[in-house]
Amino acid sequence: MAELNTDGGGGKGGKKVRSKKQNAGVDLTAMVDLAFLLITFFMLTTSLSKPQSMELTMPDKTKVDPIDKIPAKESKTMTILIGKDNSLKYYMGMFDDPYQGIGPTDSTYGKEGVRQVILQKMANLKAQGFVDKEGLLVLIKSTDEATYTNMIDILDEMAITGVKLYAINDMTDAEKEIMQ
Amino acid sequence: MAKMKKSSTRIDMTAMCDVSFLLLTFFVLTSTAKTPEVHPVDLPNSTKETKIPSSDIVTLTVDEDKVYFGLSGKDDKVDVLERMGKEYNIEFTKEEINKFTTMENFGVDIRELKQLLAKPVGELMKPENHTKGIPFQDSLNNQLSAWVKHSRESTWARKQDFVKVAIKGDAEEKFGTVNKVIQILQEQRQNRFYLVTGLRDSDF
Repeated sequence: MAELNTDGGGGKGGKKVRSKKQNAGVDLTAMVDLAFLLITFFMLTTSLSKPQSMELTMPDKTKVDPIDKIPAKESKTMTILIGKDNSLKYYMGMFDDPYQGIGPTDSTYGKEGVRQVILQKMANLKAQGFVDKEGLLVLIKSTDEATYTNMIDILDEMAITGVKLYAINDMTDAEKEIMQ
Repeated sequence: MAKMKKSSTRIDMTAMCDVSFLLLTFFVLTSTAKTPEVHPVDLPNSTKETKIPSSDIVTLTVDEDKVYFGLSGKDDKVDVLERMGKEYNIEFTKEEINKFTTMENFGVDIRELKQLLAKPVGELMKPENHTKGIPFQDSLNNQLSAWVKHSRESTWARKQDFVKVAIKGDAEEKFGTVNKVIQILQEQRQNRFYLVTGLRDSDF
């Protein structure tokens, strides 16, 4: 470490004092240590503080034009109900008269749960030649008690599975009751 | 027998030092300083990677039934505050406006804003000064709606551009509160939002 002072004190004893060859190498170890410490700091802090976002477009509420209402087939319409404590139910078609008589079914979040269901329904419709905007239509309905994360999770599933048509709707009273 | 040559144990660090400082400079210059907020929230995660625009954006932070309002640019803050002052009959001095522009976001009733701005700059962003949030639950005193309306009008009047709205909700926040904020915005026909999220991969 003390390389800078390697040549001191000598030069006595009658001989002509020659300028000694200086050791030019400065010990950079500490400097490199410091530099890497700072690099690590900046790398970690910058990558963590970049928030992403998800775009959400809601339909205009003031519009009362009936032309905009598109009739949707029961077999294409899937409703996802989000409740408190991470509960989740889904059904096809109408609530009072569900498609093929299968009422609201429990499911879970994530790749093993509702994602499989959505992909399954999409595959069924694809077999009949309905894809993209002709394909599955998902209505997302949430109770006020559900968390914001639950909603983001479902919106994320829409992005992952590639559902082209989805909308956030208000729950009916009957639906609220079963999600209690 | 040949003598073992005594080799130097020292390595020349110069190149390493050069590289590390180059990297350091790069990170220092590219990093954006994280601006402090009056109420930091834990964001939910999503796989979407839409970038949030950095200008003409209103950021609404939602947590614990409270809303905090933030504007992006300095000029926007000045103009919107003047417009709000006119609506609520509050005259802000130059000094107060200057102090207002130093705040990234805020969560106070506009009628208490003058008291807040009387405090020294260092104390403006302290969370204890922003405990109530912007009033929005009461339809007769919906200041959130007023702030958003004036931001929209201000941006349109000065730049002929639409203001964007980012919603920063806490992961544990009830959807009901976020929904209420969305409803208030939709009443003004503000139908597009950026939901601010963290990043994750689809394996969850």
